[in-house]
Order: sequence, then C-alpha cells, then structure tokens
Amino acid sequence: MTARAGELSPDVTADPKNWTNRLRGWFEGLVPPGQALPARQPVYVASWIYVFGVLTLASLVVVVASGCVLALGGVAWWHVSAVGHYFNSVHLWSVEMFFGFMVVHLWGKFWMAAWRGKRALTWITGIVLFGISIGTSFTGFLSQSNFSSQWIGAEGKDGINSIGAGAFFNVLNPGQMLLWHVVLLPLGVGLLTLIHIILVRRRGVVPPIDAELEG
Amino acid sequence: MSRDNTPDSHDFPTRRYDLVKEFVIALVVALVLSFGLAAIFSSPDEKAITMSGWAKADPDNLVTTAASELAGTTTSATYGAPYNTNAEGQKLGPIPMQKLGGVRIPIDSADLVLGPLSNSSADPAVSAAEATWKAATPDQRTKWATAYTDAIGTAAADGAPATGAGGEVAKVKAGDYGPVPVLSAGLLALATTGGLEGALTSSGNFYGGDQTKSLLLLSDGAYLEDLARAQNLGGDQWGMMNEVGNAPGQPWMWLYTFWYQVKPFSTSDNADAQVWALMMLLTLVLMLVPFIPGLRSIPRWTPIHRLVWRNYYRTKRA
Repeated sequence: MTARAGELSPDVTADPKNWTNRLRGWFEGLVPPGQALPARQPVYVASWIYVFGVLTLASLVVVVASGCVLALGGVAWWHVSAVGHYFNSVHLWSVEMFFGFMVVHLWGKFWMAAWRGKRALTWITGIVLFGISIGTSFTGFLSQSNFSSQWIGAEGKDGINSIGAGAFFNVLNPGQMLLWHVVLLPLGVGLLTLIHIILVRRRGVVPPIDAELEG
Repeated sequence: MSRDNTPDSHDFPTRRYDLVKEFVIALVVALVLSFGLAAIFSSPDEKAITMSGWAKADPDNLVTTAASELAGTTTSATYGAPYNTNAEGQKLGPIPMQKLGGVRIPIDSADLVLGPLSNSSADPAVSAAEATWKAATPDQRTKWATAYTDAIGTAAADGAPATGAGGEVAKVKAGDYGPVPVLSAGLLALATTGGLEGALTSSGNFYGGDQTKSLLLLSDGAYLEDLARAQNLGGDQWGMMNEVGNAPGQPWMWLYTFWYQVKPFSTSDNADAQVWALMMLLTLVLMLVPFIPGLRSIPRWTPIHRLVWRNYYRTKRA
C-alpha cells in the first residue's frame, strides 16, 4: 500500500515555520510517494480507451514542436518556403489529431464517470483545457496571414464583439492574435495540462463503477 | 456530491504498466501520423486578397463602398461597440452585451476614406475635394454621400429590381454629389496602386501590425464575402468550422456553428450574443456534470462502462 496524497514530509512537521520546508512539503504532497511515475497500475486499467489521454499529450508535443519550427522562420516564412509550408501542414494535422484524440478521451471519461472519488477537479480542468485549446487554435487560424485569416477575422469579430469582448480581444489585429496564439494561450494550455496530469497521478485512475475492494 | 463510495485506487491489486513506454509509442504514432498526413494532404494557403485585387475585380463596388463610408451607412459605420456609438449592438434579453466592453477601438468610417487620401494623394483634384468636404457641415456631407450612393444604386438581384444606375458608377446621372465622386474615385485610384493597405494599417506608425481598419473596409464591400461564399465559407454555410478547399478547418466548432443554421438563431438580430451565451451555458453544464444530479448518473445507467472494464467485471463475476 502506498502513502496518501497530502501527507507532509518529516521536515515540515519538524519546522513548519520554514517557508522552504513548507513549499517543498507542498510539492512532495501533491502526488503520493511513488505515484508520479509508477511502474504498476490497478488491475482494471486494461482498455484501449486509456490510450487516448496519452495520445492527446503526444499530439500536443508535436503541435508545440512544429509551432516552434514555424516560429524560427517568422510570420510569413511558410508562405514562401516549401519546408516552412510542410511544417505548417504538420502543425495543422497535429492539431487536428490533438482535438480528435482529446474528444475521444473526454467522452471516454464521461462514460466512465471519471469524476468519482474526489476527481471533479480533474474533470473540470479537462473541460477548461478543451475550451482554451479551441481559443488557441482559433487564434492560430487568425494568424495565418492569408485569405482564411481575413475571412475568419471578418466573421469571427461579430461573435466576439457581440459579448463585449472585442474591445479587449481584437480578432482583426493579427499582431495581438499571434501573441495570444504563441504565448498566452499555450501558457494556459501547458499549465492546465500539468495540473490535469498531477491531479490524475494524485488520485490515481478512477476505479470501475460499483467496484468494491475485497476484504 | 452525495454517497460517493468510490474506493481509493491505490488500494486495488496492481499489474505491470509502463507509462514511459506508452508515451514514447504514442509520440511515435503522433509523429508518423502528423508527418504522413502533412505529406499526403498538405495544408491550404490561399493568398490574402488585396485592395488592388478588389479595385481591379470590382471597381464599382469599391467606389460604392467608399461613398457609403462617407455617408455612414456601411456595416462598420453602423456597428456600435467597440468601434463607435452608432448602434446599440447585440443584446441578451435586456442586457446590452456588445456595449459592455465600451468603444475601445474608435473608428470613424469616413476616415477609412479620408485618412488614406490625406496621407498619400498628390492629385490636386482630390486635395480640393477633401477641402470641400472638411468645410461642409455634417448634414451637407451626409446629403452628398447619400445622394451619390443612391444614384449608383444596386444591380437587380433575387427578384428585386435594379436601383439607380444599377450599381454601375460610369452610368450615374449628373447630380449634386459635392466632392464625394472625386473622393471615392481617389480611393479607387489609391487602391489600384496597391498603396491602400499600407495607408490604412501603418499610417503614422512605421511598424504597422494592426489590420483592423483595412479588414473593416474590406468587410464593408462585397468582394471578400463573395469570394468566401463561393468557397462555401458563409456563416449560413457552416463556414465557421470549414477551411478553403477540402482541408479540415475547425470541426470542433460544429456545435457553435450548428446553432447559426437553425431558428430562432438563424433569424435573430442578436444571434451572436445568444449563441455565445448558449455555448457558455452548455460548457458550464459540462464542467459541472459531477455535481448535477441525474446528469452525473447517466454513465451508471448506460452500460458503456461495462465495455471499458469488461475484463474487471468478468473477473469479479468469476
């Protein structure tokens, strides 16, 4: 049997006023000892549906990596370079896969009622991640500097403006949209992904519905 | 949450499982698929349209749009927040949602014409027309511009008869249009040279990175929308989730796009605000599923979980 989430290290209990001790204790208590990267999983973790979470994460790695290659060449590079265009295609298709895998993962978790056992926050961070990912891809389409960007901006402005957000989030300003696309929203996706994974490792994989422990 | 008796996952018997190996295999799959699909299907990159392209393809529409900007009758001129106060904007019931953000990107539609001309035109006739415009009263300006746009009129379409000169500037009859014809023609001439985008986006700023004005002017005309609709990208053509050609766009926006296709949203003046509110509500409900009685029990009532954990349930039964 492993230790429980939230247990404090001996240092913290010995000197609780030391800020460094407390911060380390907080970090150490996020995930039960040995559960950050365990080599074993509960017996019920045996289905293809579990693969879609890690496929989503793997696709995100390809999305970010291909985006970094595009960033090397600059905003207009991919319009004039065959290599740049190819990496733009990799970026597009990895995004399509990222969303495809994420949707299967999301509905898989729904039908497993994966929020049970104090996992509601894991579910909520997943839904928020889905929403922020949509915003990230939307700003990407606005940053293409081609006909699609022009049209998506012209159409998209009406939706954003209708709720008063256009005053702060101007979809007709590609400079602002590009910075949201490559800095602010990816930071949000990265941070929430980290929190989501920590929460999964903290509580472990949700047991089957109506599962009971023997003994 | 009531009666959540889910046992601690750490207390179950375990089996061997290699998370790192699983991730590495997933990464290889994602890489092969991304690079393979990119090699096979590529990605669309249709060049951005230009004001010069608009001027050459449909000069009459550009002139009409310029005159309408001066008359204050274009979409952007009558938009409301965040560009101006000329309309209430969209509401959600009694709440003026569109006005909530305020006018933080102030745009005077006449400046979309006069701004570029005043900075770049060397034509004495255009300069004289600008001076006449500036010296006139607001009422007089509106009378001139409205008379000119009425005189240009529109071509017959969808059973409606042609008006004015049927949309053909060259056939406009003589009238009291003040400096509007010269200003509109001046903008057409500037657009034809390819200098209009720059005059709109980087006027007074060497590093122009904000295309708000040029995109608003482009959207006020018919050229951009005509090209988009020809590619089935219109709002009522599921365009918000599609890309040019056969490339996938944003299929994850299918539900958002769906509402625009059906009543009451498809016929509502406040469709954008209503669809946004509905989507926010649905997202909130999805987020809070764990706390909503009934909704959170659907997975228990539906035997899909029996498929996911079939080995576990079979072993338990045995």
